[in-house]
Amino acid sequence: MRKTINAIAAIAMRDLIKLLRDRPRLFISLIFPLLFVGILGTSLNSNLSADVGYSFLIFVFTGVIGQNLFQSTAAGIISLVEDRQNDFSQAMFIAPVSRLAIILGKILGESMVAVVQLLGIGIMGIVFQIPFNAGQLLGFLPAIILVCLVGGSFGLLVMSNLSSQKQVNQIFPLLIFPQFFLAGVFSPIKNLPIFLLILSRISPMTYAVDLIRSIYYWGKPEYGKVVLHNPSINLLVLGIMFLMMFTTGTYMFVKNERNR
Amino acid sequence: MAKIIEVTDLIKRYKKATTNAVDGVSFEVEEGEFFTMLGPNGAGKTTTISVLNTTLDKTNGSVKVGGMEIEKNPAGVRKIIGVIFQNPSLDLNLTAEENVRFHVFMYGLFPYRITYGLMPPDYKKKVKELSEILGIEKEIHQPVKTFSGGMKRKLEIVRGLIHRPKLLFLDEPTTGLDPQSRKNLWSYLKTVRKNENLTLFLTTHYLEEAEESDRICIIDDGKIVSLGTPLDIKKDLIEEYLILDSDNRKVLKEELDQSKLKYVEEGAIKVWVKENQIQDIIRNLKTKLTSIQIHTPTLEEAYLEIIDKENEKNN
Repeated sequence: MRKTINAIAAIAMRDLIKLLRDRPRLFISLIFPLLFVGILGTSLNSNLSADVGYSFLIFVFTGVIGQNLFQSTAAGIISLVEDRQNDFSQAMFIAPVSRLAIILGKILGESMVAVVQLLGIGIMGIVFQIPFNAGQLLGFLPAIILVCLVGGSFGLLVMSNLSSQKQVNQIFPLLIFPQFFLAGVFSPIKNLPIFLLILSRISPMTYAVDLIRSIYYWGKPEYGKVVLHNPSINLLVLGIMFLMMFTTGTYMFVKNERNR
Repeated sequence: MAKIIEVTDLIKRYKKATTNAVDGVSFEVEEGEFFTMLGPNGAGKTTTISVLNTTLDKTNGSVKVGGMEIEKNPAGVRKIIGVIFQNPSLDLNLTAEENVRFHVFMYGLFPYRITYGLMPPDYKKKVKELSEILGIEKEIHQPVKTFSGGMKRKLEIVRGLIHRPKLLFLDEPTTGLDPQSRKNLWSYLKTVRKNENLTLFLTTHYLEEAEESDRICIIDDGKIVSLGTPLDIKKDLIEEYLILDSDNRKVLKEELDQSKLKYVEEGAIKVWVKENQIQDIIRNLKTKLTSIQIHTPTLEEAYLEIIDKENEKNN
């Protein structure tokens, strides 16, 4: 057991070290919040806030937190495809460590990466004076963990069915970008035509974004206008999605990895 | 001596393939043996190694490593093996030492520590010793992305040996190494093999490396075409021959006919001979010879001839 924990720690820390040494990637993690929160959020806020009756800047800010955690962890897990092509994963897979431990280490590592990348969004929050209190920050902690787990298991499920980096580049954006809009990261999704409503409610990112918002807006007058579901429903749905995607993804990954 | 590898009727067919990559292969390797698998590209060498090291499922047959069925106890098999992959399997974003450190954590050799400075003295000593042997001690804390192909190979070898495996798979390990590094590597591997009874399972294109091994298995199109010591392969599969010539070639040929010796006229006269027959043939010839050459095939010639024969058979 102790050896497995050591291996999980080594796999997880490898991802964090890689991020901290990758200056372009760190720079991008600061630029995207600036684009999404600073430019998109501010412009939407100036034009639409008066009509919708709440700050669009905060709406986009909280949405980007959920989106960033989910997407970053999912994309990070998919980097196992790149590892496989570079043959690095071969070195991991001949070590006396279970496949489950490898996947857990990878999800943990990419979750840490996602949290570090939150710093860019946090800086934007300070710059634009978005109000935060200790209760909200405390509530975010379990939500961040769960959203990362769901993002990671989503990435695992996608990755287990892809064999090359080329496939990843083609398919992953198709699966992640529509979720930005279906999950309401930048725009309200309370009222949608039926086909979009169905797509929105089966998108895992919807519940990730809504969980973050439900914690931020808890007890505020805008809660009813912004939040879709009670936090307990978001927690339940995310929990079920995690279990389903993690077990299926792990099973398929292990099977496809050896049975080539 | 105990068998460390037992392979019986191994078949591997990749998904969507129409032919078997490995097609009914059987062989055994003894503990401490230096076993080489030779074959052209696509012969099935890497596939065989991948099945043996548990990274690839077999389609059929039985495979035991260290007495363990690979499918029933893959973790047990992985504990006793080391692999030097055909393509470098290093993380280019980490330093050389960090790659080695990652490996020791994966093998549970030391508890996790975030920096080299926090690692126990035993680990530091081992890294120093191995990197000195392979001549990368100055670069051990440099990022791997700055390494040449040869240095990456050396690092993989340091990493592959640090957990002291009983069986080391070397999948074309010296590709990209300069002659001096190749020499150092083999000299080191020979020492380890002797001191720790390490079994070596090599695939290589360098026939002089294969010649050093205890036994060679020649594989082509997924099938074993020859298996034995380098001497056996040379003796059994390629006949030695004499190249003779005389001013009076006609008389020489008559004399060879009388002695019922098989020959062919190719510029000079090529006479096939059996083991220890050369002296008798020369002694009995009465025709005055103008030239005499004894041709003993190299392993390379034996290998090429075997592969050619197989290809002719298949065509």
